[in-house]
Amino acid sequence: MEKIAQANTEALRRMLAGDPVLIDVIPAAEAMPALADRMILHAGPPIGWDRMCGPMRGAVTGIACFEGWAPDLDAAAQLAADGGFAFHPNHHFDAVGPMTGMTTRGQPVMVVENRAFGNRAYCTVNEGLGKVMRFGGNDAEVLDRLRWLRDDFGPAMGAALREMGGIPLKNIVARGLTMGDEMHQRNLACSALILRQLAPALARTSGDRAALARALAFIGGNDQFFLNVAMAMGKAIMDPVRGIEGSSVVTAMSRNGTEFGIRVSGTGDTWFTAPVEMPEGLYFPGYSEADANPDMGDSTIVETIGLGGFAMGAAPAVAGFVGAGAASEAANFTHTMAEITLGENPEWTIPALDYLGVPTGIDIRLVVETGLAPTINTGIAHKEPGIGQVGAGVVRAPLACFNKALVAFAESLGVS
Amino acid sequence: MSETVVNQVRRGFYLDSVALMRLSRQIAGMDGVAEAALMMGTSANKQIMEDAGLLAEGGQAAQGGDLVIGIRAATQAAADAALSAALEDLDRPTSPGAAAAAWRPRTIRAALKSAPDSNLALISVPGDFAAAEARKALRAGLHVMMFSDNVSIEDEVALKREARELGRLLMGPDCGTAIIGGVPLAFANVVPRGDIGLIGASGTGTQEISCLVAQGGKGISHAIGVGGRDLKAEVGGIMTLMALDAFDADPGTRHVVLVSKPPSPAIAAKVLDRMASSKKAFTACFIGAGNIELPANVTLATTLKAGAAQALGGAAGPDFDPRAHAEPPPKGRRQVRGLFAGGTLCAEAQVVFQAAGQAVVSNAPVPGARPYTADSGDTGDHWMLDLGDDQYTRGKPHPMIDPSVRDAALAEALEAPGVGLVLLDLVIGYGAHADPAGYLAAFLDQHRAAKGPPIVASVTGTEADPQTRSAQVAILEAAGVRVAPSNADAAALALACLGLGSKGP
Repeated sequence: MEKIAQANTEALRRMLAGDPVLIDVIPAAEAMPALADRMILHAGPPIGWDRMCGPMRGAVTGIACFEGWAPDLDAAAQLAADGGFAFHPNHHFDAVGPMTGMTTRGQPVMVVENRAFGNRAYCTVNEGLGKVMRFGGNDAEVLDRLRWLRDDFGPAMGAALREMGGIPLKNIVARGLTMGDEMHQRNLACSALILRQLAPALARTSGDRAALARALAFIGGNDQFFLNVAMAMGKAIMDPVRGIEGSSVVTAMSRNGTEFGIRVSGTGDTWFTAPVEMPEGLYFPGYSEADANPDMGDSTIVETIGLGGFAMGAAPAVAGFVGAGAASEAANFTHTMAEITLGENPEWTIPALDYLGVPTGIDIRLVVETGLAPTINTGIAHKEPGIGQVGAGVVRAPLACFNKALVAFAESLGVS
Repeated sequence: MSETVVNQVRRGFYLDSVALMRLSRQIAGMDGVAEAALMMGTSANKQIMEDAGLLAEGGQAAQGGDLVIGIRAATQAAADAALSAALEDLDRPTSPGAAAAAWRPRTIRAALKSAPDSNLALISVPGDFAAAEARKALRAGLHVMMFSDNVSIEDEVALKREARELGRLLMGPDCGTAIIGGVPLAFANVVPRGDIGLIGASGTGTQEISCLVAQGGKGISHAIGVGGRDLKAEVGGIMTLMALDAFDADPGTRHVVLVSKPPSPAIAAKVLDRMASSKKAFTACFIGAGNIELPANVTLATTLKAGAAQALGGAAGPDFDPRAHAEPPPKGRRQVRGLFAGGTLCAEAQVVFQAAGQAVVSNAPVPGARPYTADSGDTGDHWMLDLGDDQYTRGKPHPMIDPSVRDAALAEALEAPGVGLVLLDLVIGYGAHADPAGYLAAFLDQHRAAKGPPIVASVTGTEADPQTRSAQVAILEAAGVRVAPSNADAAALALACLGLGSKGP
């Protein structure tokens, strides 16, 4: 018991000591030298082509065409089925990606460095809302946008970040929490705040007014731009917490549309998986539960650091997705998540809850003991590839992941 | 089938997208509506509405800051109805949110965080989980009262040893009554503070003595519950001894009453030794005990009434002559059926009857009484049944909470040919039924025959209890029940009705 308490104290200390800074945007091949040709990184725990859901397959065929590994979507699908691509989780390459989470060597990735520990984490740039690859979109419009991100926006944003010496992220999140964001479904304030910081540097480093205008419009028009930044930040904060012997703190939560996986500090890189659950939420006109894809994405790294569903008390507007509807329900979710976490984050506080710090440090023992699974705010994709987002809602992490993890954790400490 | 699409635009009208989505779902669900959406008129949103077949000319012209309502319905009438419903909703003043159910903590840990000055946890979860919760509470720095039963004796021993180590009370398991610092816990009565301390196993014994003390004009410092098995050999009286230590050190306590079934000689010796080493005065209220050797500062009482009297240093309750209140039974009938909600009250009644030379059978027999089971047949001996016993409460609440548990036995007793008198207890106070007397009066009204047996009862409670003792007594007397001032007096009154016994216990 003593050992676990000490290990968890260290885990929480490392989480809170993190100092994430957005420093650059560079090609994935440069950021991750091991990311080779025909390697496709995806969201969630390991999965192969035959078990991938519709949107993920759509994204795989799309990215294969983007990278020039196949002439068209059908050929890409055939190549995938024949084992022509190597699939790996983003997490295995110090990266994260939202929804389908496609990361390949040709794409630009944002770089977040945790200055307290020196580690880095990567995430692609958020494409925007609607018909995009992260929801399985793969038509010409989607690929054209990816090319623009690779050739124009990515380099421009990278140049701006280098010129200004990077953007520290914790303070942006702190202010966003006071402005109604929870950094998973609501990133409007943080997206606006980061645009404020980037805009002058973009202007200084841009030689082309039209390109500058397009870049500014791209960020300004995307309410969820900060999501990918928050995700890379989450990965950068949690990676130093991995591998603390005797610690029962969750270091990653992630889904691939078929399985939900978690990792625990004391059990290293083992994934504990279970079938994902169906999100419960609200749908855009013309769509319903019948169209929904099961839960997907690495974005649950945001809940892992105490934001998203855990910080719902800061984002009453999101409570509408919870079903009960009253904005005042939002606080209850934060209080409930406090039952399964070790502490509060003193730098990320929620004014409406008397400056309660967001619940931080998910302890698998508390999850199993209380039966309260982490609450996640998520987007909902159409289950057919290529269509896009159909709604948003709430989903719970499967308790089975935590039960499995607890058994393995106990065994690792010699307890049967 | 031709559908109608209706658009309306509200210029410069903003509503949060989530609120709009919820409203959209509501309108889309109306009769005859195929699809509906309320969205801000951004180009992205207008595209979504167009794809869903909801956009008409009016909506197309909308700007980003305008609200667009799009409805597609089977008929114009349905579309118009949906549109006015949507407009009504938009114009309705927002009601202060139906107060979301206030958050309640789900764990001891979270509860303690939200109320950090707490020092006691009262646990009443099902037995399978009670020991784990008690352990968590102890380790979180709390004293514990375990109302839960169906806890193994091994768990009880382990918990009490740990509690003793930590210097904290573990009252229970199966502890129904405690009063700490004047605060009634679980089933307990409102009694004044005073200098008499009580230690009791599970419940009605403590309740009756505390109420008789109140009736006698004095008060209780604390009533500590120790659970029904504390004085068994396996447990060794751990909590009883801790309670004695606590009372010995308490300047507010002058006299201590310990109420329980007679313990084994070894345990009795331990307890009496501890009492002997104190300078205070003690009453060992062992219901139905025979002669025991006692230290100088300890007196023995074999009924609750005697225990209260000794603590009071005088009589417990008003002078009550049972013969003056007796009513004869129907001719030729002489069996008494005692139907009790309180286990210790049932035991006390058995002791009073045996002292008068009357044989009794019981499902919870005191020494000298014979066991009773449903198939032991009716030998004509008096029955004294504890209806709070497990066999009667499977899947039902305790009869103190739910008087209907007593119904079947009472109905039978009122009709059975040999029954000469029915003896009942009513227990009020916190935790008990809101109106046991009213319930009983209504039941008797339904089931009582003209020439049925007399009914004798007592009310364990005080004036300050939520049910108000005198009000309960008045209801009973109006229903033709003979009420005695204590449970022991009620047993004596029952004997007097049969022309048995002497003046009273």
